[in-house]
Amino acid sequence: MILIKDGRLIDPSQGLDGEYDILIREGRVEKIGPRGSIGVEGCEVIEAEGLWVIPGMIDMHCHLREPGYEYKETIRTGTLAGLAGGFTALVAMANTDPVNDDASVTRYILEKAEKEGMCRVCPVGALTRGMKGENLSDIGELREAGVVALSDDGRPVARSEIMRRGLEYAKAFDLPIISHCEDPDLSKGGVMNEGRVSTLLGLKGIPSISEVIMIARDIALAGFTGGRLHIAHVSTREGVQLIREAKAKGIEVTAEVTPHHLTLTEEALKDFDTNAKVNPPLRTEEDREALIEGLKDGTIDVIATDHAPHSPVEKEVEMDLAAFGMVGLETALPLMLRLVEEGVLEPLSLFEKVTVNPARILGIEGGSLRQGSRADAVLIDPGKEWVVDPSLFHSRGRNTPFKGWKMKGKVVKTILEGKVVYG
Amino acid sequence: MRKDLLGIKDLSSREIEVLLETAERFKEVSEREIKKVPTLRGKTIINLFYEPSTRTRTSFEIAAKRMSADTINISASSSSVVKGETLLDTARNLEAMNPDAVVIRHPFPGAPHMIAKEIKASVINGGDGAHEHPSQALSDLLTVKEKKGRIEGLLIVIAGDIAHSRVARSNILAFKKMGAVVRVVGPPTLIPYGIEDMGVEVSYDLGEAIKDADVIMMLRIQLERQKGGFFPSLREYSALYGLNLEKLKSARRDVVILHPGPINRGIEIAPEVADGPYSLILNQVTNGLAVRMAIFYHLLGGKE
Repeated sequence: MILIKDGRLIDPSQGLDGEYDILIREGRVEKIGPRGSIGVEGCEVIEAEGLWVIPGMIDMHCHLREPGYEYKETIRTGTLAGLAGGFTALVAMANTDPVNDDASVTRYILEKAEKEGMCRVCPVGALTRGMKGENLSDIGELREAGVVALSDDGRPVARSEIMRRGLEYAKAFDLPIISHCEDPDLSKGGVMNEGRVSTLLGLKGIPSISEVIMIARDIALAGFTGGRLHIAHVSTREGVQLIREAKAKGIEVTAEVTPHHLTLTEEALKDFDTNAKVNPPLRTEEDREALIEGLKDGTIDVIATDHAPHSPVEKEVEMDLAAFGMVGLETALPLMLRLVEEGVLEPLSLFEKVTVNPARILGIEGGSLRQGSRADAVLIDPGKEWVVDPSLFHSRGRNTPFKGWKMKGKVVKTILEGKVVYG
Repeated sequence: MRKDLLGIKDLSSREIEVLLETAERFKEVSEREIKKVPTLRGKTIINLFYEPSTRTRTSFEIAAKRMSADTINISASSSSVVKGETLLDTARNLEAMNPDAVVIRHPFPGAPHMIAKEIKASVINGGDGAHEHPSQALSDLLTVKEKKGRIEGLLIVIAGDIAHSRVARSNILAFKKMGAVVRVVGPPTLIPYGIEDMGVEVSYDLGEAIKDADVIMMLRIQLERQKGGFFPSLREYSALYGLNLEKLKSARRDVVILHPGPINRGIEIAPEVADGPYSLILNQVTNGLAVRMAIFYHLLGGKE
């Protein structure tokens, strides 16, 4: 038995924020009680005085790259980075090689995760075969093999007909469709947000409407089909507004935002830092504020990293040639905590975006320290100051624009099914 | 003195003035019988060109030679680019041969900035994508200043494909820094989003836009833009945004016309206009040489 004592428990699933001790037995939460109320005899004690204790975070959008791109990241290194960042479950996108559009690939990922993974890995199946946007994958078989959602993330589904059928078909399996909303025609060739900075730099822009049009389309399709739609990494003010309106109309739509879109704007590309090249691109300050507003009023349900590791070969090149994406697992927590520091969100409403909400949307266990739950927990020192040094990352990817940033808040310990696996 | 010349954006108006004054002095060298000064003897300058260019490359080369530097030209077709070498690796390899300056022309914005961080040699931006072309803007400043006696207070109209033009960006920055008023004109599809934030006026009507102009700068229209859906046909583009004698009638009598070249005769500029008395197109070329000598002088001449 393990007793985590004297810490501040923040568990949105139970609406708890206060001094509670947590007793863990056989990988499950045995009991929660006010500070000092649980006896220590027979327990391994983890002293959490001055620390925050939260349910293990769930990252519902990351790229673990395996199989196929092991030079960028492996399930081993990605899950280790996850633990270091406070995540105990990672939702792995399907754009691997081969694409996870077949039960055999799903099984491979899960077996690999079982053998080499440091935390839970929940695979996303490709919505369409080969992510080509033409034919639906064998969704039933993927579900059977263990995928938690469907997505062609990275390759937006251009054809409305296919998106419609996907939303309809997935209803039979109660799987959400995670949509990377981008009109490939409108964003073709673009490398950053189309706006003041792209104009100044002479770089080809990706207009905000490229995202907005697809969010509008997918919401319309979700309303029409009754399918479950989850909008990945929303980045635009108008996109947030569309989601807000759709929710008000009762359409089944949820949405996520990344820590980098909450923190940075297009200005980050001014000195041609290819690490700030992401898709969707970093937008304007106005968009950033709208994203924060969307988080506050519940329009945006989830914070997810879109952790996208790349090798230097893909980033130490001209902006036009550089790959899209940045790593996020090991910087997400302190970037999120800035929202608490700035008084934007209370800890309870911040952490629901990475615990109970993603668990609910995906229909997976976790994200809660309620009695009887999986004992996945993270101990955080909220005041710990540190400087981002990518060479110390557990991830194979070093591609972050936050190099050298002073951060506040760090993971002290990560506990997976009652075992301390990090710290 | 600075190590690199990457863009007009980085220059102060004072630095621009100094470069122009130096260029004025260097013009004389090209008028001598023996067109050579020993200023850069023993210096090595590499022209690294990833895009075809006649004018700019030749201009940099002649400028270097008239200052007694050794020059080497590398063009993308003959370099390791085709073998798949990255730009940084190419730069590191060139650096290993200890050149004093690398002039780079590249189709992608930021390429010169990337290698400038990597190598000790001076890096001169000879045009990076649609970003900047500082030596062109400096020669345009010099050309206008020679003719008009000043820059401050003039109205400069830049016409055509603003969106894809490095010449437009560098000239907007340059003329604004020197106190001119800048107006851009072209079809709305070729006026990039947020250009007003660079402090320019925007117009879609060439005839209207040039009425009170002191300087009209025509930009080259790349013929393939039509395929990108930026305008319906070259015929219509030429009719609406080509500068011909008819449209020029509404302009001031002392207006001067610039074009960075190479010109599409009969498309963005009518032959009678390109060859007319108010055309400074060839002066730009002559001044371009002097400006490039001044750039070399300031980046390399001061170092001992």
